Amino acid sequence: MIIGLGHYLSVAAILFTLGVLGIFLNRKNVIVILMSIELILLAVNVNLVAFSTFLNDIVGQVYALIVLTVAAAEAAIGLAILVAYYRNRGSIAVEDINLMKG
Amino acid sequence: MIITAIFFYLFAAVCVASAVMVIASRNPVHSVLFLILAFVNAAGLFVLLGAEFLAMILIVVYVGAVAVLFLFVVMMLDVDFAELRQGFLNYLPVGALVGAVLLAELLIVVGAWVIGPNVAAAVTAPIPAPSDINNTQALGLVLYTRYVYFFQAAGVILLVAMIGAIVLTLQHKPGVRRQVIADQVARRRATAIEIVKVKPGQGLS
Repeated sequence: MIIGLGHYLSVAAILFTLGVLGIFLNRKNVIVILMSIELILLAVNVNLVAFSTFLNDIVGQVYALIVLTVAAAEAAIGLAILVAYYRNRGSIAVEDINLMKG
Repeated sequence: MIITAIFFYLFAAVCVASAVMVIASRNPVHSVLFLILAFVNAAGLFVLLGAEFLAMILIVVYVGAVAVLFLFVVMMLDVDFAELRQGFLNYLPVGALVGAVLLAELLIVVGAWVIGPNVAAAVTAPIPAPSDINNTQALGLVLYTRYVYFFQAAGVILLVAMIGAIVLTLQHKPGVRRQVIADQVARRRATAIEIVKVKPGQGLS
């Protein structure tokens, strides 16, 4: 019953796939797409920390910290864009976001 | 060791199940709450891996800030989410196909993969023994010395994100009267009051 690196990598792979699947399934809902991106970044973080522990190198955790920062910044900016868009158009459906198509 | 395995399977199972619920739930508020559950269980996985500091940061940053931000936005926007869910089943075959292919690829990679023979010698900063120094201290010793520029860059990214979010969402309504402290301080007696000599019987016109 030794839990090895492969176990953690499998969990991370499943989480990553669920994130990608979420983007495919909820194509109309920007909020769920943003949550799926958060899931993908979480899977990446699990991978980084697992490698960091099993290879005995703490730099992986430093990198996970940077990824966490970028994920938080991305969520804040994404939701701010969403709020600004909703104020202008009154809708957040993805197929309505085509103002720049000309 | 058996306890570790039990907790690993517990955290992993709840994490994956709540990730499924994030993408499959009807109500976005439920999605956000399941996202919080997924993050808490991922923090449990981090604790099992010995990265206690990152686990606590995950709780503080994600559950405390990002998930609450999501919850706030979901509740603030008055959107008909049932309408946004139409077509969910149309996308299911393609999405399931892509997901299955991706998962198969990733699991094949995980299954057929070995650590290179000279990787152990190429470690940049080895993790000290937990009896000597705890995880937070070890991370700080590396983060604030060798990776201090990365740390500063992370701070700049957060600053840019903060300013960007404020600029995007702040709006000045034209008809609102605000307090202007500079004007109040710059007010002098000559501009504020006026002495009017009123002749008896005439009044002020």
